[in-house]
Amino acid sequence: MTATATSKPEVGTARLRKEDAHLVTGRSRFTDNMVLPGMLHLAMVRSPFAHARILSVDTAAAKGSPGVLDVFTGADVAAEQGSLPNAWPITPDQKAPAHPAVAVDEVAFAGEIVAVIVARSAAAARDAVELVDVDYEELPVVMDLEEAYTDKVLAHTSLESNKSATWVFDSAQAGTGTDVDAELAASDVVVERTMYQQRLIPAFMEPRSTVVDPTGQQITMWSATQIPHILRLMLALTLGIPESKLRVVAPDVGGGFGGKLQVTPEEVITVLAARRMGKPVKYTETRSESLQAAHHGRAQVQRLRLGATKEGIVTGLHVDLLADMGAYLGLVTSGVPILGAFMYNSIYKFPSYRFECHNVFTNKAWTDAYRGAGRPEATFAIERMMDELAVELGMDPLELREKNWIKHEEFPFTTVAGLEYDTGNYEAATQKAVELFDYDGFRAEQKRRRDSGDTLQLGIGISTFTEMCGLAPSRVLGSLSYGAGGWEHAQVRMLPTGHVEVVTGSSAHGQGHETAWSQLVADRLGVPFENIEVLHGDTQVSQRGLDTYGSRSLSVGGMAVLAAADKVIEKAKVIAAHLMEASEEDLEFANGSFTVKGTDQSTALGEVALAVFAAHNLPDGVEPNLDSEATFDPVNFSYPHGTHLAAMEVDTETGEARILKYVCVDDVGVVVNPMLVEGQVHGGLAQGIAQALYEEAVYDDAGTLVSGSFVDYLVPSAPDLPHYITARTETPATSNQLGAKGVGEAGTIASTPAIVNGVIDAVRHLGVKDIKMPCTPARVWHALQEAKTTGGVQ
Amino acid sequence: MIPSAFDYAAPTTVEEALSLLAGADSAGDEVKLLAGGQSLIPVMKLRMADPSLVVDLGRIPGLSGITDDGASLTIGAMTPHHTVATDSLVLAHAPLIAQAAQTVADPQVRHRGTIGGALVHADPAGDMPAPVLALDAVFNISGPNGSRSVAAADFFQGYFTTAVEEGEILTGITVPKYGGWGSHYEKFTRVAQQWSIVAVAAAVRLEGGTIAEARLGLTNMSSVPLRATATEAALAGCELREDAIAAACANVADGTEPASDLNGDSAYRRHLATVLAKRAVLAAVGLSGRKG
Repeated sequence: MTATATSKPEVGTARLRKEDAHLVTGRSRFTDNMVLPGMLHLAMVRSPFAHARILSVDTAAAKGSPGVLDVFTGADVAAEQGSLPNAWPITPDQKAPAHPAVAVDEVAFAGEIVAVIVARSAAAARDAVELVDVDYEELPVVMDLEEAYTDKVLAHTSLESNKSATWVFDSAQAGTGTDVDAELAASDVVVERTMYQQRLIPAFMEPRSTVVDPTGQQITMWSATQIPHILRLMLALTLGIPESKLRVVAPDVGGGFGGKLQVTPEEVITVLAARRMGKPVKYTETRSESLQAAHHGRAQVQRLRLGATKEGIVTGLHVDLLADMGAYLGLVTSGVPILGAFMYNSIYKFPSYRFECHNVFTNKAWTDAYRGAGRPEATFAIERMMDELAVELGMDPLELREKNWIKHEEFPFTTVAGLEYDTGNYEAATQKAVELFDYDGFRAEQKRRRDSGDTLQLGIGISTFTEMCGLAPSRVLGSLSYGAGGWEHAQVRMLPTGHVEVVTGSSAHGQGHETAWSQLVADRLGVPFENIEVLHGDTQVSQRGLDTYGSRSLSVGGMAVLAAADKVIEKAKVIAAHLMEASEEDLEFANGSFTVKGTDQSTALGEVALAVFAAHNLPDGVEPNLDSEATFDPVNFSYPHGTHLAAMEVDTETGEARILKYVCVDDVGVVVNPMLVEGQVHGGLAQGIAQALYEEAVYDDAGTLVSGSFVDYLVPSAPDLPHYITARTETPATSNQLGAKGVGEAGTIASTPAIVNGVIDAVRHLGVKDIKMPCTPARVWHALQEAKTTGGVQ
Repeated sequence: MIPSAFDYAAPTTVEEALSLLAGADSAGDEVKLLAGGQSLIPVMKLRMADPSLVVDLGRIPGLSGITDDGASLTIGAMTPHHTVATDSLVLAHAPLIAQAAQTVADPQVRHRGTIGGALVHADPAGDMPAPVLALDAVFNISGPNGSRSVAAADFFQGYFTTAVEEGEILTGITVPKYGGWGSHYEKFTRVAQQWSIVAVAAAVRLEGGTIAEARLGLTNMSSVPLRATATEAALAGCELREDAIAAACANVADGTEPASDLNGDSAYRRHLATVLAKRAVLAAVGLSGRKG
């Protein structure tokens, strides 16, 4: 057996995804595809009221419905269901209501579960939902975030205030900068604005689904989750089940975007039902239930003050934030705004900064991580503010940014928020973007249209950004009171045939880990791409891991894989030296073979693997395997950055905003698979554009979700989105040997302000200063009418 | 997304379908006719409709297809939108209806959904009612007492309500031929696959360089499709200039009270109607210079 010499490096190659063949031919295994013998089905009875006391629940009629085996209420499982976990108490005095999976006394948002039907079929379960008679006493609701902050109406009767926690960062106190109030008082210009981050719904393609099998030695759960490892631990803690008695499997998972980074009531309930019945149980939500009850994202009000000298040097930024928790704290709900806290200063050198955040409860669905989690909100705010400041100063918005950003020769750079940015080159990314975009050409065309009073006005939207990702350094997460670390784990196993099994704790749900990890290992071990199998998403297979979120997989999980591969080489080297009767120091490893330096004597890794398996001739004390495991915990976050430019055309007759051209230059460091990166960028852009123009979760005053289906919650699809012009610069990260940075959230973070800045730029000369997101045609048209009546040309 | 249990029948003649309707009616059962199912099935899955009997019209020969009646066309109720949009007779003699059909939802829906189903469903935001109203189509309805015809102006009676009575079936519509007319369906949506926020159906006949006659139907400006007769009159004799056409269309929303929803309030819809009417007429007369 000889190893195949890899002529061309895998890393950097745009390989097609190896996971796609089974997905696109329908041979997928999503959780809802699971069918187990004797499996029962669940349906949830959900509260139609946003806030109510549960006076009584009459389940008699439902229990008598054909095919129904059990109906249980919150009171029935009160002793065993525990309270759903919040793993990020941001302050020691953080307040939160208990969060039972099935409500016991009170419901606090429309869609909360009050009773559970267990039946022989999904249809029988669904039929019985209407037969459960719940007597509610309606309570006052508080839906508006700013109103909730006043505590006039309480979202929970068990709490004395809607305020969950207040978290402050002040550069003067932290020693990272000066006092912002003093700086702003001395500034030539202070721009003050309030920005609204509308509530969004993650809208993953595969609805949430859970199957629990309580038979056998362990309770096994299959779930459409991003986090099988964290879920297993949290279920154990919540339900008091020994962790060793739980196995969690995330089979094919159809997207998450943070929406499946959660320990859900439905998952807990499925365990409870399976235990009650002693049989496998399945629950799959409908899309309506998903929109109503899966956690939402964003939902913040940002009061901002940005000061500058008249020359355009920023003096300080003050951020006063209200963050809508919704009705309950989920796994990391309270920490989402904190992930943004370090990013308001973005790529800039601000001398002073203060961030004050108030986490507030309302009677809406709970919020939690959604693609970018805190960082899109921060980036939107500062990029909108930089445009506003540029207008105030009569300066080109790109020029203003350049005056304030960190120069490439100034890295590593400690920011006013206290982070150390390792590398970056904002000049290079911006220059490339400007060239690809034809910035000057669009400015000229914009002037022409303004001068001629064209119906179709043109705006240029700019967004320069960076983000902290690769969640990551365990010590840093600890300093932020996060309940877990940020390491990642991997195993590499060399099989006797020379094939390789790679086990990753970073559980994929659509990203392409199987392809990228195979490329990494192929290069490192000199084994063909096709001979590498990547295993993940099952706590029995991948025993340790911290899963996938925060653009962490490659820069943390990928590094763990490489470290494990290196350990295989180290192990094999001892054996190869023994087999060739050479000294270890005289061996070098390349292209999958050990060679004795200066000779033609060599042994392929596959030959070593077979020899190890046979174990006929191993050195004393060497175990007969080429297995290894490794953990990686980086010393720093990774800081991808980029410059995005959007040419926005606004039809002043209808208010419609169209994207004429979108250029993004992203710097995500060293790229393993350009096609995967391209896919992440495209999807990220679509989601960020969706926030800018299309999506909004809207409730009525009574607390009913009005945008409760895709008829009213507008997710854009391919015809609504432009052809993106994407490019990259490559400034390697220094926090991992690969030089890779995260890419999963970059597009989402950067695109929203680019689009909105472009829309405002198109109509600013007509007197429009701001438009709330999403910038719907109706909102743009109304803004134009208002500007006309106030005669507000600036 | 599981509907309540229901009985299903698939008759092969209109008479058989009518007798199923009559039987259900006398038994006091709620019955729904299934055409393409693109609206009925979703509302049943959401349990907003809960029929005990569903009568599938899909196996009745003769309900689908387009026939040339000489001075008019008859479009069978079960003709899918895709067929309506691409049929050479419709394109030649009533292109407005084809243009509207082409804007309905997405390709899957256009291949399953039918013109008759859409017209009887009578969603105010649906695209087929306004052009059919504008062209003065006649609705052919069969019932227990034989067949009757209803003028388009009398067909749409309210929110999701038409002249088709319990026990009756719409078998098709008959549309006069509009040889030599220009037409355009101007639909405004926020995303590609969406119900109309507002749409305007316009058919225009030119004579000697001016508009001789115009027909305008409005989608989603009321609980029923509207005919903009005052604007039609204002357009008669109008010169083929953008400002003149805009002026003629400026009052197209007068007297309308469109709904407010997440896509726009009533005032926005009223404004939008004037813009879309102008654009529809400009396109119908071949003057559309609009970019994008």
